[in-house]
Amino acid sequence: MAKYLTQRIIYMVVTLFLIASFTFFLMKIIPGTPFSNADKLSDTQLSIMIDKYGLDDPVPVQYANYMMNLLKGDLGVSFQFNNVGVTDIIIKSLGPSATLGGLAILFGTFFGVILGVVAALKQNTWVDYTSTFIAVLGKSIPSFVFAGLLQYYIGVKLGWFPVAFWRGPEYMVLPTIALAMFPLATASRFVRTEMIEVMESDYITLAKAKGASWFEIAFKHALRNALIPVITVLGPLVVSLMTGSLVIEKIFGIPGIGEQFVKSIQVNDYPVIMGTTLLFAGLFVLVILIVDLLYGVIDPRIRLAGGKK
Amino acid sequence: MEQEKIAKEMFSPAQLDSAKSEEISKPSLNYWQDAWLRVKKNKGAIVSLVIIAILTIMALVGPHLTGHTYEEQNLQHNNLPPRIPVLENVSWLPFDGNLTRKNGDVYNAYEQKNVEEYYWFGTDSLGRDLFTRLWKGTQVSLYIAFLAAAIDMIIGVIYGAISGFVGGRTDNIMQRVIEILSGIPNLVVVILMTILLDPGILSITLALTITGWITMARVIRAQVLKLKNQEYVLAARTLGLSNGKIISKHLVPNLAGVIIINTMFTIPSAIFFEAFLSFIGLGLQPPDASLGTLIDEGFKVLQLYPYQMIIPATVISLIMICFNMVADGLRDALDPKMRD
Repeated sequence: MAKYLTQRIIYMVVTLFLIASFTFFLMKIIPGTPFSNADKLSDTQLSIMIDKYGLDDPVPVQYANYMMNLLKGDLGVSFQFNNVGVTDIIIKSLGPSATLGGLAILFGTFFGVILGVVAALKQNTWVDYTSTFIAVLGKSIPSFVFAGLLQYYIGVKLGWFPVAFWRGPEYMVLPTIALAMFPLATASRFVRTEMIEVMESDYITLAKAKGASWFEIAFKHALRNALIPVITVLGPLVVSLMTGSLVIEKIFGIPGIGEQFVKSIQVNDYPVIMGTTLLFAGLFVLVILIVDLLYGVIDPRIRLAGGKK
Repeated sequence: MEQEKIAKEMFSPAQLDSAKSEEISKPSLNYWQDAWLRVKKNKGAIVSLVIIAILTIMALVGPHLTGHTYEEQNLQHNNLPPRIPVLENVSWLPFDGNLTRKNGDVYNAYEQKNVEEYYWFGTDSLGRDLFTRLWKGTQVSLYIAFLAAAIDMIIGVIYGAISGFVGGRTDNIMQRVIEILSGIPNLVVVILMTILLDPGILSITLALTITGWITMARVIRAQVLKLKNQEYVLAARTLGLSNGKIISKHLVPNLAGVIIINTMFTIPSAIFFEAFLSFIGLGLQPPDASLGTLIDEGFKVLQLYPYQMIIPATVISLIMICFNMVADGLRDALDPKMRD
């Protein structure tokens, strides 16, 4: 296990190193200067700035510096805001994104599990078909379409919740629903499949035989076992939420990383794009690693296979 | 339940004909015929297939039906709502050319602007015909679907098959490459591509080519590892078949089900990916139309002209739902074990 873990972490570092190097050389190819007000600066000021950020050094030296700065968590300077560090921008916008993502995954999996359990217990009835229908819609309709429709019909036409911005709990409702649809659909499908399988197993028959109530069987015996594999899909779901939140934040005007990212794309603010890209890559790799480890913890067969390597 | 009493005389011994006991009463079906029978029973999948076919035909024919090109602008005719001859007289259909002001007034935009022409799905803020643009955008989505499927089937299958079949050090190296590639999120690849090239269909194509085949390669490798130790492969080898022949004649047919299922699940996610990129401005650039850009443009005027977003949103949702339903149906038909 320890060997497997070290091996995985080494690959993780290699991947991140490759992405970071690639982004660095791309930034060198792109024309432009990191100083948005370069015209107003005098030559001396400019040369001081260039010297400060080491832009007159040979490229290999710059590369080494860039990598060293990365290790320290310094991602460079933004183009669109005068000399604001990318790291500061990212840290500032991390809060809303994390809140939104956390809410969406909680809300999505919770209702997904309920929907899945109900569908499995009432297999092949209208309840099951409705739940399947909701799941297909949730999986198929792109989150930005869903967000737009929610905003128009619930926000504008009915006026139940604020249409945009991020100023309090009531502002979180619509974006959370829009973002939660995909995890909800995925979780409900997964739980349904697992529940149906578990409900046919011997220990459920035993529980029925000893006279356990319907509620006890469903929630105490069956759901616990059905939930185990669901934990393993949480990882990919978190990854998909990272992409999903980009558009949701853009649509609802939430000052999170995604919104910042989309804005930076529109104004070609390369350092922010790159910094966020690296952050996404880092999170992505980390989530994948955690998921793989979880697989091993939950399913002993996989742990053995990993251990033998 | 009521049981009927049957008199003993009514029973007669059955004739046991040893020649007929081995007879097969139903025609024997091979894997594909059996799978087709199961797909046919799945009404959702069949309806979805028909809808996909209709959408494909419309995507090819649609842009030529109205006489407007997708980039032709007519500022006098901007923001006109949908109006279709005949259907405009059906009051509950939204094809009468009427718009609702913010204060609730309903007015006919065509009469107000003195427009004689019919724009079936309306026009956008630059007066471009949305019917033509919609089907142009659908073309892009279907191109992406086709591309994703091709990448999966060609690169993914070949990579996975070689990695699994050759094994040893080759397999090890190929798996390490996959491990690193799969650590890079799709989005990152696209951003790097758009910085290298211009944002557009080419950078999306390249990004999909780089990352789209990885899941397939992994699945195929695992299957090949399992299949290559089967007796019939040993038999084929003993009879002197070359490796290439073994892969193409024995392994690929056995992998077909897995390949099709995986491809079908890649398609909707690829379509979503393109629409998503176009929506955030990393995909197609104006005046090119994709469903993502149409939704993005419509979204900006959603409160005033909701039809501009709702029509492309409906089409992309329809495409996604149909591909997902077909994928589910095919999975149930081709691989009973994976059925949910």
